[in-house]
Amino acid sequence: MDKTVTTAAQAVADIPDGATVMIGGFGGSGAPIELIHALIDAGPKNLTVVNNNAGNGHVGLAALIEQGQVAKLICSFPRSADPKVFTDLYLAGGIELEIVPQGTLAERIRAGGAGIPAFYTPTSYGTDLATGKPVAEFDGRMYVQERGLKADFALIKAEQGDPMGNLTYRMAARNFNPVMATAAAVTIAQVSHVVAAGDLDPENVITPGIFVNRVVHVPNPQQEEVLNRQEAVYP
Amino acid sequence: MSLDLNDIQLSNAQIAWRAAQDIEDGAYVNLGIGFPEMVAKFQPEGREAVFHTENGVLGFGRAPAAGDEDWDLINAGKKAITLNPGAAFFHHADSFAMVRGGHLDVAILGAYEIAQNGDLANWSTGRGGVPAVGGAMDLVHGAKRVAVITDHVTKKGAPKLVESCTMPLTGVGCVTRVYTSLCVVDVTGGRFVLREKLAAVSLEDLQSVTGAELHRDGEVGDLVVPELG
Repeated sequence: MDKTVTTAAQAVADIPDGATVMIGGFGGSGAPIELIHALIDAGPKNLTVVNNNAGNGHVGLAALIEQGQVAKLICSFPRSADPKVFTDLYLAGGIELEIVPQGTLAERIRAGGAGIPAFYTPTSYGTDLATGKPVAEFDGRMYVQERGLKADFALIKAEQGDPMGNLTYRMAARNFNPVMATAAAVTIAQVSHVVAAGDLDPENVITPGIFVNRVVHVPNPQQEEVLNRQEAVYP
Repeated sequence: MSLDLNDIQLSNAQIAWRAAQDIEDGAYVNLGIGFPEMVAKFQPEGREAVFHTENGVLGFGRAPAAGDEDWDLINAGKKAITLNPGAAFFHHADSFAMVRGGHLDVAILGAYEIAQNGDLANWSTGRGGVPAVGGAMDLVHGAKRVAVITDHVTKKGAPKLVESCTMPLTGVGCVTRVYTSLCVVDVTGGRFVLREKLAAVSLEDLQSVTGAELHRDGEVGDLVVPELG
């Protein structure tokens, strides 16, 4: 088995207009910048993107939004040090926003990947974000029903990957990446290091290869924070 | 009103210091982004709390020196952090299992308004703009204690402790204790119970800047906080 793909461009080439795409990362940490930029180059439109945030500056997710490729964003916190791209488009009515509490977002993705169509959580009960959702009482406490979330594609960033698709992560860059890997029909991982099958200690595999379809070697990946300090713009 | 709050009220650092005194040795603690992050600086000597950040780290330490940042190692406020011995990484679903599953001892958040029944409003002023909730609605459920640190009144002088919130809620009946720039209040049985107040403020003046009745249940202690520069 060999899931490696030579270039980021090849890895994202079949993402069509209108696809739902989960993109890993929390702010810049764990964001697959090279895969996002390849998606900008490929140019599909009317995407629904699932991410914790809404981009920062003019690279990565912010650049994807700036290119007009995102019709809808599902996220918890569309603010950042420089959220101008998203903010201007949102206030002009140019992008749809679904705000989801961060833990609910993570659990909706986890449930989507685990074959759970819906679940109950205490989060958001009694707030505006629960409007229209079914509620139920369990053991004297009120809960809100939330739906599992799936995607057509997930773009994630990992530290090491092998041809089987087994992945490890680096520090807090793990965040949403392992849960998103489980919830997409096609999961594409950019990895800083490709190793041979058998080189990863099975005890240390965080994402088993069954959840991963394509592995792209991206050595020395760019960091959104560093790019923004350089005032970089993509493309 | 005889009271000029600016002359006597605690600074943000002093409010954070007071909140830190109630964090027990061995506690697992989540600090909200912004002002609550200051609480970590004032851990009492000899007590070891383990700090959780919802983006997947337990046991983080102080900020690194400028130039030493590793942008794979940040907190929920997207600021660079360091690790203490015994730290652990985990993904987002596990992180919020810690939050909702009752595994955290304390969550400390900021607030726009706190109601006497424990309702909290801290995510949206309800006046338009871009809505952004982050982890706030999750953090108010599951931690054994949900504490708020806040100025006692808004910059315009309006009470932040109120009978019922006017802004969009973050959570219903979730706050257990409030540390303000003037006092410490517990939220219990649908009412505010005054535990400590600055000696320089009278009960009458404190009540006059509070939007709901302050009840007493036993002695009200003096709120004593060191000068913190």
